[in-house]
Amino acid sequence: MAVFSRGFGARRRDTDPHLPPGQYLTEDFPVLSAGPTPRIDTDEWSFSIRNEHGEVVSWDWAQLMDMSIEDVSTDIHCVTRWSKLGTSWRGVSIDTLMAQVETDAQFAMAHSYGGYTTNIPFEDLLDGKAWVAFEFDGEPLDPEHGGPARLLVPHLYFWKSAKWVNGLVLMDEDAPGFWEQNGYNMHGDPWTEERYW
Amino acid sequence: MIVGGWRPAEVVDVVDASSHARVLRVRVTDWPGNDAGQHIDIRLTAEDGYQAERSYSVGSYGAGDIIELAVDEVPDGEVSPYLVRDVAVGDQLEVKGPLGGYFVWRAGGVVPVQLIAGGSGIVPLRAIARAMSDAGVAASGRLLYFVRTPEDAIYRDELTRDAEAGGVPVTWAYTRGAPDGWQGRVGRLDDSGIAAASWRPDDEPLVFVCGPTRFVEHVADTLVRLGHPASSIRTERFGGA
Repeated sequence: MAVFSRGFGARRRDTDPHLPPGQYLTEDFPVLSAGPTPRIDTDEWSFSIRNEHGEVVSWDWAQLMDMSIEDVSTDIHCVTRWSKLGTSWRGVSIDTLMAQVETDAQFAMAHSYGGYTTNIPFEDLLDGKAWVAFEFDGEPLDPEHGGPARLLVPHLYFWKSAKWVNGLVLMDEDAPGFWEQNGYNMHGDPWTEERYW
Repeated sequence: MIVGGWRPAEVVDVVDASSHARVLRVRVTDWPGNDAGQHIDIRLTAEDGYQAERSYSVGSYGAGDIIELAVDEVPDGEVSPYLVRDVAVGDQLEVKGPLGGYFVWRAGGVVPVQLIAGGSGIVPLRAIARAMSDAGVAASGRLLYFVRTPEDAIYRDELTRDAEAGGVPVTWAYTRGAPDGWQGRVGRLDDSGIAAASWRPDDEPLVFVCGPTRFVEHVADTLVRLGHPASSIRTERFGGA
């Protein structure tokens, strides 16, 4: 049974085909995180990938900057219902990093400075779908937006794009990360509204 | 945390909270109850089928099918001006939730608790203050509430009345204008001001901070500088950066 809100709709927004269901457009860049903002200098930053056999490959900031860097223009969608269209980023593709890692794992857990975690099916990080991003809109990424570097997985809700990222742990079996333990979906596709459990 | 699908809801009470905010009470069909600090999604549907959805914190907690929201009008917003200016008793909307399992406090949970709100960030903290009072641990709670002026405060009278009746004590911080006779300072609180109104790091409080992004960034950074471990500070931010 439909429920109508009397008199609602006078200030309706234009709908946009790039907007997934239940989302609204914002020009702002909202900040969402569960605690204080960690502040990490690039000279103490590192990023590592550990495969399912416990083998670890690590990169420091200078090594990351020496890798193939890509420009990414993409829409982003937050589970709290804002979307931002046509954002521009620079970063290193997970494919580029994975060229140095051997794995048959199906899942990954992203880890961050500050202790945040989020789980992602590994195939959602490959084939040009995910980056370690360190620039937004032509500027170094602000700490409150996850700088010096964050994961960027724009085809999933943005809680999967872990801020202050410092590594991936590859896993044979899926396990919930921080928000996933607190009620959010294990996958997070905005187009099918995989918001919550 | 319980989510479920969209549940029909009816507005049963509306009260002006300030010149730009209203407290709404909404009866939700089959509401399962909610923890203090949780939020909900609201869906509004125009008569031609156009829909908009937004998230709002809940100012009430516990069992019962009536939940309380306090909505601050966002200039140029689409949903909040309708909820603050237009919606009336008897109007319909839909609710999904409750949502969130982190920014919550339950009876028997960690004490002491420090609550720090900016503007409409008071809403989930109001629910936590209520839960602490009902659990008999109000004296282990402290609320520091930043508002531009006294007239901008949501729940101003309730918070004062509750504190006087043995509820969670409130420290007011005015950033633009204070009431007549106010002895304290007006403006952004510095480290010592926040420290004076808060549990000390040695007390090992759990800290909840909610408000606009820049406010939360400032307060959380200050708390870390004062010696509170980041892991004991929970934040909820709204608005852009």
